[in-house]
Amino acid sequence: MTAVAPSGRIELQDVAVSFPAGRDARLTALDGVDLVVEPGEIVALIGPNGSGKSTLLRVVAGLLAPDRGEALLDGHRIDGPDPRVGLVFQEPRLLPWRTTASNVEYPLELVRADRTARRARVAALLETVGLEAAARQLPSQLSGGMRQRAALARTLTLEPEVLLLDEPFSALDELTRERLNLELLAITANVPTTILLVTHSVHEAIFLADRVVVLSARPGRVVADVPVELARPRSLADLDAAVVTATAHTVRAHLGEAAA
Amino acid sequence: MTALSARASWSGQIPGIAAAAIALAAFVLAWKALVVVAGYPVFVLPPPELVASRFVSAWVDGTIAPHALRTLYEVALGFAIGAGLALVAGYGLARLPLAERLLSPYLVAAQATPILALAPLLALWFGPGLTAKIVICALIVFFPVAIATMVGVRAVDDRLLELARSLRATRWQVVTTLEIPAALPAIFGGLRVGVTLAVVGAIVGEWAGADRGLGLLVNLARGSLFDIPLLFATLLTIALLGIVLYAVVVFVERALVGAR
Repeated sequence: MTAVAPSGRIELQDVAVSFPAGRDARLTALDGVDLVVEPGEIVALIGPNGSGKSTLLRVVAGLLAPDRGEALLDGHRIDGPDPRVGLVFQEPRLLPWRTTASNVEYPLELVRADRTARRARVAALLETVGLEAAARQLPSQLSGGMRQRAALARTLTLEPEVLLLDEPFSALDELTRERLNLELLAITANVPTTILLVTHSVHEAIFLADRVVVLSARPGRVVADVPVELARPRSLADLDAAVVTATAHTVRAHLGEAAA
Repeated sequence: MTALSARASWSGQIPGIAAAAIALAAFVLAWKALVVVAGYPVFVLPPPELVASRFVSAWVDGTIAPHALRTLYEVALGFAIGAGLALVAGYGLARLPLAERLLSPYLVAAQATPILALAPLLALWFGPGLTAKIVICALIVFFPVAIATMVGVRAVDDRLLELARSLRATRWQVVTTLEIPAALPAIFGGLRVGVTLAVVGAIVGEWAGADRGLGLLVNLARGSLFDIPLLFATLLTIALLGIVLYAVVVFVERALVGAR
């Protein structure tokens, strides 16, 4: 190992997770998942409903311990939530009684960061996600897109090396979603960040990711690992490129097998 | 403009205070009319102007003030102690299933026993002084606040709790930054009920034996003094005390809960 290895490497080895389902029964969500995400890489997870995509994200986030196998971050076993790992949920999950700025500040408050440093960091992040004007507004006064931007800013406050995104923009309309995807790429391009994201959209997966990993229907297993040969920085126009169409075709074919 | 919207805008133009004044005037007029029409003697139902003048004179000559202060003191202290204990107990009931199973029968039994029946016993145990009244107030406040707290804490969104866990919040941070703010509206529902019950508790306690207090004054005015206008003036004082304390709770609630 080199002295300054780039950090933020995720490795899953034979990970299996099951949940109690009624008396004596267990539901197997993931069964033998092997996956490596290299530092700075963007990987999209796609699969039919119930393929355990969100479960897999929770294992990496340290919110769920696997029944079998190991989840490693930079070679160390993940045994709980880690400040180097940031998770953006499907819903914004903002605290409704706090303003946008105060919600973004929340993680820094929990780690008892210095107050002036906190303010500066929050102001910078609000600018990054374009919410300066909404800093003093409550979540109920924000649009869906603004809420999810605030949630993204909140996750970025602790400067995570790994960003986990659980269908973060799925509740938004298509236009807002495309814009936020572009912004996400712009924001994370400046800081080397490993990204593992769950999505339902083949095009979104291809647009964002270096690799698209296809999971099978329950119990979830990796059935395909499709590289995306599309140069960065990417723009929405790239979605019309022949590579995208071909990649989408491959992913869909694997999804078809996965659902079967 | 339709008739319905015309009516709505008409009622919207009357300020709340004016509406309250009109309602009060109507109540006093109806009272006066009842006395005049039915011809009740003063010792059954004194007319409103007599009660009003007795109310003023009894406050000016210092007949009511020391009793009112004593009752206020009992209510404030009993409410603070009862509500404080209830917040802790309510939290325990919400988060420790065993606590709820073991304790809820006793809680309900204590609540179902009329405070009127307990008051003489408590007077016997604690004597005619302050302690018995404070205990009664605390007892009567405890149940609504504990139940409201339990319901409020249980209703905290699991997704917000998961967010806090992913941010590695400590148990205490979860309580202070998430559970209490989220449960606050429900808790204040309990406090509103509790504060009016606390007034009832103090009066009942004084009724069972006291050297001072509005409950004692009711007894004196009805008995040895046989001053029925004073009895009504005392009842008015009790009602006003309840209204003022309720308004204080609502004021604090507005300041703490605010708009969400």
